[in-house]
Amino acid sequence: MKPIATTRSITGMPTGRLAVWWLIASEIVIFGGLLASYLMHRIGHPEFGDYASHTTTWMGAVNTFILLTSSLMAVLAHNKAEMGDGKGAAKFLMLTVLGALAFLGVKSFEWYGEITHGYVLYTNMFWSFYYTAAGIHALHVIIGAIIMVFVAKDAAAGKELQRVEYIGIYWHFVDLVWIFLFPLLYIAK
Amino acid sequence: MAGHDHQQHYIKIYVVLLVLFLISVAGPEIGIQWVTLVTAFGIAFVKAYLVIVHFMHINVEKKYITYLMATSLLFMGLFWAGVAPDVMRHEGQNWTNDGAKKEVSQRMAEIEARKAAGGHDAHGKKAAH
Repeated sequence: MKPIATTRSITGMPTGRLAVWWLIASEIVIFGGLLASYLMHRIGHPEFGDYASHTTTWMGAVNTFILLTSSLMAVLAHNKAEMGDGKGAAKFLMLTVLGALAFLGVKSFEWYGEITHGYVLYTNMFWSFYYTAAGIHALHVIIGAIIMVFVAKDAAAGKELQRVEYIGIYWHFVDLVWIFLFPLLYIAK
Repeated sequence: MAGHDHQQHYIKIYVVLLVLFLISVAGPEIGIQWVTLVTAFGIAFVKAYLVIVHFMHINVEKKYITYLMATSLLFMGLFWAGVAPDVMRHEGQNWTNDGAKKEVSQRMAEIEARKAAGGHDAHGKKAAH
């Protein structure tokens, strides 16, 4: 028996896909509120520019490249699913997961360096924002990667291919958040 | 039923995103404020547009999905309008935020003193805690 989210489309679209868009609407408020708070403090506190100069731009840039590439993998997985190629979709989803792991690896290395240099969550308001925003984002990367493994497993067996698109939409949103986090935390110094 | 293969289209969008990404990294290196704003933040909006339309396919979704996203952004705008004036400015006609003013002047003085001492400039490795 299939879940209601898969079969019902009373709103003119599959309920599962609508649920993903609802999730993203709530995420916009979460990340939007956080980024707006950061931006208004950044404008009101010129000393943030000095604090931000200690973030490592090239590591942020590498992670931007990784997330953009993983987004391509996610949309290529959707493309394969649309063509009914479950195995191809699963392959691209696993490449997306690989991107997630690479992102988390770079992030861990970056945070290790910053923490050992004394820049921690409570050092000052800039670093509080930095670890909160990047931390919540990394949590979304971890959750997305875990869900993607399950979706890929089903897709490889030719089951529930519509979920490849749903997790892809979520993944592109995670990429979108980073598109704005990167200039805010690493470029504006 | 099998759909069409759009792989080439997605790869083209990806290449455009990479070029924009390189510009957003290189632009701020020039050190001119308006160039930084345009290349880092202006391009972020262009990249976001490309991802939303070409990867998330919001343009082929039901119209109310766009309205749903716009409503969330509107709430963000309301939050900004209500809070930002009190955070970005530290004094108004009938109020003053002494704590924030003191924090800014103290930290900026520390940073200037550090730069004057020549020990650690703004790109040094020791933080102003």
